[in-house]
Amino acid sequence: MSVWLHKQRNLLDFTLSSLSRRRGKTLGMMAVYTAIVFVLASVMLFAHAIRQEAAVVLAKSPEVLVQRMVAGRHDLIPARHLDAIKAIRGVQSAEGRLWGYLFDPAAVANYTLMVPTNPRIEPGMVVIGDGVVRVRSADPGDLMSFRAHDGTLVQFKVDKAIGRDSALVSADLFLVSEDDFRRLFGIPAGLFTDLAISVRNPREVAKIAEKIDAALPDTRIILRDEILRTYESVFDWREGMLLVLLAGSILAFAIFSWEKASGLSAEERREIGILKAVGWETGDVIRLKMQEGLVVSLSAFLIGYLLAYLHVFHFGAGLFEPVLKGWAVLYPKYRLTPFVDELQVATLFFFTVFPYTIATVVPIWRAAIVDPDTVMR
Amino acid sequence: MRKSDPFLLLAAVLLALFGASFVDAAHEIGKAQASLDARAEMVERLGLTDLVLFTEARYTRHPSQADLHSAFQDHPFAMDHFPSGSLLPPPLLKRPRS
Repeated sequence: MSVWLHKQRNLLDFTLSSLSRRRGKTLGMMAVYTAIVFVLASVMLFAHAIRQEAAVVLAKSPEVLVQRMVAGRHDLIPARHLDAIKAIRGVQSAEGRLWGYLFDPAAVANYTLMVPTNPRIEPGMVVIGDGVVRVRSADPGDLMSFRAHDGTLVQFKVDKAIGRDSALVSADLFLVSEDDFRRLFGIPAGLFTDLAISVRNPREVAKIAEKIDAALPDTRIILRDEILRTYESVFDWREGMLLVLLAGSILAFAIFSWEKASGLSAEERREIGILKAVGWETGDVIRLKMQEGLVVSLSAFLIGYLLAYLHVFHFGAGLFEPVLKGWAVLYPKYRLTPFVDELQVATLFFFTVFPYTIATVVPIWRAAIVDPDTVMR
Repeated sequence: MRKSDPFLLLAAVLLALFGASFVDAAHEIGKAQASLDARAEMVERLGLTDLVLFTEARYTRHPSQADLHSAFQDHPFAMDHFPSGSLLPPPLLKRPRS
């Protein structure tokens, strides 16, 4: 065992000397390799973490939502639909929700207005999300005024702000009382934005959705499961978009590394010839060159992955922010929980380290089986 | 000192940091559990349905609540004109609906 270890150690010494003779080339290769691993790992870590976070947080979203559709558009739903739904066996509770959007010209941003039922908000008061706090520099006790549907001013006093911790789901929230909401938009009593339903037995959700659909044909039903699947596809799509954008550079790197790994320079050929002439076995030469590939690719993988981990989970994925922000003024400031999928990391390792290492073997083997005298000439 | 000594030392440090990243992830998840629970509780209490990612249009703010036409509804022949529309797929509904 110690003889074997000693031999590997000598081989490694020789590999490093060989790499340091071509220092510029090796360092350039390492830098590009590391950058590619860094970008791929960042996309992968970010997409998985945010997908997981959405799944955990939205698992508590309403079980069934019922919207009314008029001429293909979402319309207000009358309270009498609640009675029809409550009459369906298996429905545990049904309540009307009031929510909508309010454009704030002062901040040039859209807020999501909601009327919470627990805890209720006092008329004239408002609870605001962290994004609203930032764009309006609003503190508890400050006043905010908005023009109602009839042109009159509706004034709100900031009761409190929702913490930054939950900004991913609450950054643009503007929670008001039912009276203020109806006054602001001129929505009469007896009309709601949509209905939230909870079902006694979760296995009956699809059946109950079918019954609601049959009883209220002018409605559209959204299940919690569909919300979760929508978010899964949102992040799959976005990961795909980023990878498509990166495809050009990945391809360029693949060509570059293949060229570098599989093509042998005259100098390398001569080196192999000399090694064979001084008595090296073909297997030793192949092992030496594989070790060169492994040193480069393994170092690039480890450095690239570690940088990606720091970038995504400790520096807020700053490089992706412009892509993710879109036109949102109220993009939430949040720190992702580091959900890491070990299988994904293993896949990344396999697809970044192995192809390069293997690509070095074929030309070496071809050069190593030729007569040393021919190679050295 | 042999040439391989600094390299082996560097490799050991990198491998240790690689392992430490998983330990850090597990530790951070444990630390974040209370705040994840609080977020989920807020989602349940307020009946929230979507993440606040893009607030510029209703179909980007609440993609799960939007119907398939909402990106094109602003006026006749309206095309989806927010760049984030290209970063969001249409909602995935089980049953084909409007």
